[in-house]
Amino acid sequence: MGNKFKPIKSYVLSKEKILKMYQDMLKIRYFENKITDLYSRGLMPGLAHLYIGEEAIAVGVCTNLTKNDFATSTHRGHGHLIAQGCDLRRMMAEVLGKEDGYCKGKGGTMHIADFSKGILGANGIVGAGIPIATGSAYSAKVRGTDQVTVAFFGDAASNQGTFHESINMAAAWKLPVIYICENNLYGVSVDIRKVTNTKDIATRALAYNIPGVVVNGNDVLEIYRVTQEALERARKGEGPTLVECKTYRQKGHQLGDPGRVYRLEKETKEWMERCPIKTFRERLIKEKIFSEEELSIENDIRKIIEEAVNFAIHSPFPQKEEVYEDLFIESEGVEIR
Amino acid sequence: MKIKNITYAQAIIEAMDEEMQRDKRVILLGEDVGIYGGNFKTATGLFKKYGEWRVRNTPISENGFTGLGLGAALTGLRPIIHNFYSDFLMVAMDQIVNQIAKIRYMSGGQAKVPLVIRTSIGAGRSQAAQHSQSLQAMICHIPGLKVVMPSSAIEAKGLLKTSIRDNNPVVFFEHKMEYNKIYEVSEEEYTIPFGVANILKEGKDITIVGTSNMALKALKAAEELAKEGIDVEIIDPRTLVPLDKDTIIKSVKKTGKLLIVDEGYERCGVAAEIAMSILSDVFYYLDAPIERLTTANFPLSFSPALEFLIIPNEKKIYQKAKEMVMG
Repeated sequence: MGNKFKPIKSYVLSKEKILKMYQDMLKIRYFENKITDLYSRGLMPGLAHLYIGEEAIAVGVCTNLTKNDFATSTHRGHGHLIAQGCDLRRMMAEVLGKEDGYCKGKGGTMHIADFSKGILGANGIVGAGIPIATGSAYSAKVRGTDQVTVAFFGDAASNQGTFHESINMAAAWKLPVIYICENNLYGVSVDIRKVTNTKDIATRALAYNIPGVVVNGNDVLEIYRVTQEALERARKGEGPTLVECKTYRQKGHQLGDPGRVYRLEKETKEWMERCPIKTFRERLIKEKIFSEEELSIENDIRKIIEEAVNFAIHSPFPQKEEVYEDLFIESEGVEIR
Repeated sequence: MKIKNITYAQAIIEAMDEEMQRDKRVILLGEDVGIYGGNFKTATGLFKKYGEWRVRNTPISENGFTGLGLGAALTGLRPIIHNFYSDFLMVAMDQIVNQIAKIRYMSGGQAKVPLVIRTSIGAGRSQAAQHSQSLQAMICHIPGLKVVMPSSAIEAKGLLKTSIRDNNPVVFFEHKMEYNKIYEVSEEEYTIPFGVANILKEGKDITIVGTSNMALKALKAAEELAKEGIDVEIIDPRTLVPLDKDTIIKSVKKTGKLLIVDEGYERCGVAAEIAMSILSDVFYYLDAPIERLTTANFPLSFSPALEFLIIPNEKKIYQKAKEMVMG
């Protein structure tokens, strides 16, 4: 897949919206660069799975959503939350295991959730969010709302049973859900092309009699357009769409994995050339949508990220008592033990 | 109090019907819950009354539709998932163990999961190794799930209504050998709270704790034991999570002897857990070691000649209790 892009003016998008998309992609990139920095300085407990290189997908998709819509995320979930407008300070605090984190430090990077923005949780089990998203879509249908749910998942999740079970049900009942497969080619170290016989995961849509679309996962505008179509279909009651976004993990599977042993340098290099942020910036300038100066927002974004880090570092660790909280919603008169 | 004679299965249908009528967020999902009326006839009439969106026949995708139930619960519905054998729960264990049980805690209390998983346990129908297991211990092991084990139809109705009204995930274990038995159930609406054990019979010589229908089998055994002059106290814990330890402790302090009967496998089972969880409170009051009757650590056989050998029954309860009292 080369760098063939449609003219930016062929998309129905305001300049403000385009700039916001660029900003959001940078936010994700810098947020995760900062996490890498904190990790290498030993300031972050555990580890994290980076979304670097895949920013166009979350931003292209979520630009279509409102906070009344829903999404399930993955272990590689920071991008989805940032694109959905979640609070960077509370996200960073969660990544550092602090009291002011979204989950009071109990979830960490792999389980960040923001129910107020419809994010039903990142997930440590590959493919587990797919049925949850399907249920959220079922719920919207029963409650008679026009809410749409997006299920984000990777190429590896498409080989879990939940993928088949969920899409089958959503197709049968025409549920308002969009299945976004972020195909970054590798499940940890395993090359999808070595464990799957179909070239495109999207062709599996045929088996469910729903539309399956392959899109350049590094082209934020094309992802925006394809998702918009899927969203309209969903809101009209026409059922789910499977969208496969072809992309690449610029980093390893997780912090600490350089991602080299199982990938060819040539391949990685080619994909770095197709970096979604770099190519988007080049297009915006070349097509005179924005000037270089107008896109010189790096320092502003860095400042926002620094503020988030500052907030997170100064947030206290959770109190000891917190470990016993939030298991159940206490019912009156019943002692839980 | 006006009473009516209904089966255990009808009691379950009534509980769901009343709650679905009371709250339109309550839905039922599962294999065959539609026009067929549910396996073991535990959903008859609901499909016709509430329609396909509230009573949804699912494909045979246990992990998928269990996760679907979770997604629906997180976004404003109150689903009842029918997974009609506890053996089949194992197909859905990722969603039950890693998702449903944990999402509230993992999200720092943001998530609310008002969800009931109905399932059945019990051997005795020659359904062999994959349709006869009593796997409640596997669910009890996981923090974040409430575990309910009704004995009679009366208990099943009141406890299921409470389960549906609870804002937490509840796994509700019905006993498949009880479904067709007729009980006297109140005409009036009632619920039964969680964490409050039921003393089925008071006695002074030995305490028997029986889960699910083992409490009823213990009651039958107690009638025979009475003829031998043995006065048995019988406790139905009703819910294993939360467990009403106080009632059991109080009883054992009085009788000095405890027999626990549970149809799950012996190893790492519910009986072991109940015994250990109260031991330090009753140790100096015990006149004999705590004993248990459970299913032996073997798969259930198809042939009735083998199946009944390894599960607890009235006769085994009678013998074990007699030994414990008479020595």
